[in-house]
Amino acid sequence: MHEQQITGEGNSLPLAIELKKICKRFGQVQANRDIDLQVQRGTIHGIVGENGAGKSTLMSILYGFYQADSGEILINGQPATIKNSRDAIDAGIGMVHQHFMLVDTFTVLENVLLGAEQSASLDKSEANALEVLEHLSAEYQLSVPLKSITAELPVGQQQRTEILKALYRNAEILILDEPTGVLTPQEADQLFRVLKALKERGVTIILITHKLREIMDITDNVSVLRLGEIVSTHRTADTSTAELAELMVGRKLETQHFHKVDTADGESGIAVNNITVVDDRGLTRLDDVSFEVKRGEIVGIAGVAGNGQSTLLEVLAGIQSPNKGQFVINGHIVDASAPLGPREMREIGVQHVPEDRLRLGLIKSFTAAESSVLGYQNRKVFNWRFFLNIKSIRAACVKLMQAFDVRPPDPKLKSSSFSGGNQQKLILARELDKAPSVLLVGQPTRGVDIGAIELIHQKIVDMRDANCAILLVSVELDEIMTLSDRILVMFEGRIVGTVKGSEADKTTLGLMMANAMDTAA
Amino acid sequence: MNTSDIELPAWVEVVLIPVLNILMALFFAGLIILAIGENPVEAVAIMINGAFGYDEAIGYTLYYTTNFIFTGLAVAIAFHASLFNIGGEGQAYIGGLGVGLTFLLLDKYLPAIILIPIGIIAAGLFGALWALIPAWLQAYRGSHIVITTIMFNFIASSLMVYLLVNVLIKPGSMSPETREFDPSGWLPFMHEILAVVGIEVTRTPLNLSFILALICCVLVWAYVWKTRWGYALRTAGQSEAAAVYAGIKPKRIVIITMCISGALAGFVAVNEIMGVHHRLLLNYTAGYGFTGIAVALMGRNHPVGIIMASLLFGVLYQGGAELAFEVPKITREMVVAIQGLIILFSGALALMLRPLIVRLWLAIKPSPTLTQHG
Repeated sequence: MHEQQITGEGNSLPLAIELKKICKRFGQVQANRDIDLQVQRGTIHGIVGENGAGKSTLMSILYGFYQADSGEILINGQPATIKNSRDAIDAGIGMVHQHFMLVDTFTVLENVLLGAEQSASLDKSEANALEVLEHLSAEYQLSVPLKSITAELPVGQQQRTEILKALYRNAEILILDEPTGVLTPQEADQLFRVLKALKERGVTIILITHKLREIMDITDNVSVLRLGEIVSTHRTADTSTAELAELMVGRKLETQHFHKVDTADGESGIAVNNITVVDDRGLTRLDDVSFEVKRGEIVGIAGVAGNGQSTLLEVLAGIQSPNKGQFVINGHIVDASAPLGPREMREIGVQHVPEDRLRLGLIKSFTAAESSVLGYQNRKVFNWRFFLNIKSIRAACVKLMQAFDVRPPDPKLKSSSFSGGNQQKLILARELDKAPSVLLVGQPTRGVDIGAIELIHQKIVDMRDANCAILLVSVELDEIMTLSDRILVMFEGRIVGTVKGSEADKTTLGLMMANAMDTAA
Repeated sequence: MNTSDIELPAWVEVVLIPVLNILMALFFAGLIILAIGENPVEAVAIMINGAFGYDEAIGYTLYYTTNFIFTGLAVAIAFHASLFNIGGEGQAYIGGLGVGLTFLLLDKYLPAIILIPIGIIAAGLFGALWALIPAWLQAYRGSHIVITTIMFNFIASSLMVYLLVNVLIKPGSMSPETREFDPSGWLPFMHEILAVVGIEVTRTPLNLSFILALICCVLVWAYVWKTRWGYALRTAGQSEAAAVYAGIKPKRIVIITMCISGALAGFVAVNEIMGVHHRLLLNYTAGYGFTGIAVALMGRNHPVGIIMASLLFGVLYQGGAELAFEVPKITREMVVAIQGLIILFSGALALMLRPLIVRLWLAIKPSPTLTQHG
């Protein structure tokens, strides 16, 4: 199924994929315009671009979720019509989505088989598949326990299941959409080893990411998308992260360096003492967690998503109350017997920028003005007798939008019509505007354009310099390292390590995140 | 292609698509009428004339409309909190119990000016209480409100039969209904009110509740979209997690919203019991509670839409009755089938035409501009 191809000096290689003048429009939005793309067989081709640049649309066209309005797709030199994912699979294209398309309660084997069973008898299909899969896993170093229940596997192995799924369907072209977003640095390295092995055996890989370092590490060629158009395609060796970032954003970017506070000597903003949280299913989410955040310092919580960071934020924001232990926040003692709700937390000057802005931070169907008072809707300034004072709400929203450069600055526009970055800026503006003395920030720049990240980081550091105690949770290690004065690493609900921000290095943090540090360290 | 995210101009969404849906329903209704050998155009003419042709017809149409506005609003306000209140029928029925008890106890002693407001409050209160139990079960015990409200319709029905047969029945009477209320406390009919200002119209059941229904539309609109309570209601309806984040208590929203919803449904009793029958009797709700679901669906859960949809159903009820009367071959059941088609096309299949219209719209509208969204 996989022909051997010699990789190396590129231009003479046959093309696995050729896109000609692909256009796609959604209503007012031109998602893709005149896309010309050539991907050589047996190479890793990176596609980078900001959110909304059209990466996902383009890949969805290739995988048959959408049809292009115009343009041509050639697979291995042959014109192809891809109307749905079945056509794509038949053409030898496999896709690993950012959010896995796996049935949690199925075994790995069942997930791989799903939709590709070869006979009505499941037992027979499984027996056949088992043989093929064992061969595949060995060939590509893709070891996954085939009989295990998917939900019980670590994310990295779930992702391998997705790759196996594609290979089992004879994929010769593999599209990976933001594959490292959910992985520890070590898991990401493993993934890259697998990708290299695949490439050596002639598989063509398209890697969509916004992490430029990954592009530099692993791709052979890279294309940059901006505003729906391809603005450049380079051999990776001939370009640099700085150049790529500039191409993505369309202007020069300065790298951010913030001064770090090494030993904060302010008073305590948050003091957490032995907090334990057990959820409804009896799982321990937080396990005897203790730490302190002083005023004028940013404490970052590093960790792979799902290791208790979210629960910690929710507890401190009053959304959940701890089962055991207590914490002092802004001078108020909180424990299971004396909980404070989100509303009370706001009143005592604890502001919270939630991790999931679309689920918690704003209401998609509300106007920007309405979303800009979420959590503050009962404040006197926004009300007049029984009624909301829409004029003052709009005026306040416009002020927030100006202060944080939210575009377009139109308070009557629906919240969902703003890009991720602008939604996030609006939420941040709403919370920072209340002059918090304790600030809880979750994933401040998830899905946010590079341009907006600068501003958001600057505003958070400004708050610290204004003597606010800040707790930052992020799955982006780079972000934690850029902003934090002190870094705590969480693993399975416990804090497994503390590192000074000025002394942090990625390898150590990565090992801590996987709880692979020697206890002596 | 997924068209549900593409926005269309308001006039297409709220006028063109509903009108097309109704036309499609009428087309299929026409086929049925053709099949039984009658002339569909003539049938429509009889129906429209029967609903609007003369003052008596208009009176009846608006009398039905009143009920639909109440039950439509009841479903709509719950819907904004993402609660599906199927119990309008039972809440309206129990609302009648409130009115009945008030009048049976007080109509001999209180003047209309005091009795009528108490009756209205009692209708709302009893309706609200009947919605409160399922609401509490949903909020604090996790029983699904769709199931409990359906069940409460049956309980209401049985309870009313028991009370009317065994407790509240007029002594010595064979028919399960209460004594007639003292005429001093009856809600004034529209023809009576109009007669005062010198306009003579034919006697119809249309009464002052119609005005109450319109007032409720304004109040619901203001509550949902213009107050902080409505803000909290819509927030909880859109995202429970966001509501909790914003310091709103979703359980409380469930309770409050269902009580308002139940009260609105209970006001059907104001129209029927205080306005028309003047005694408590069996089954006066006649399915208005269920039709309210269709009304809310058609009216897009907005008071203006609900008024329009209620009017349409008023026309169907009144014009349909007229049609069954004028054309013997078209039976009462046939009229119900036509109503069913309209509900099917405007309610259940409301979005069927949308993808087609989106595509047409994209094809004919001005050229696109490059914009950057999400």
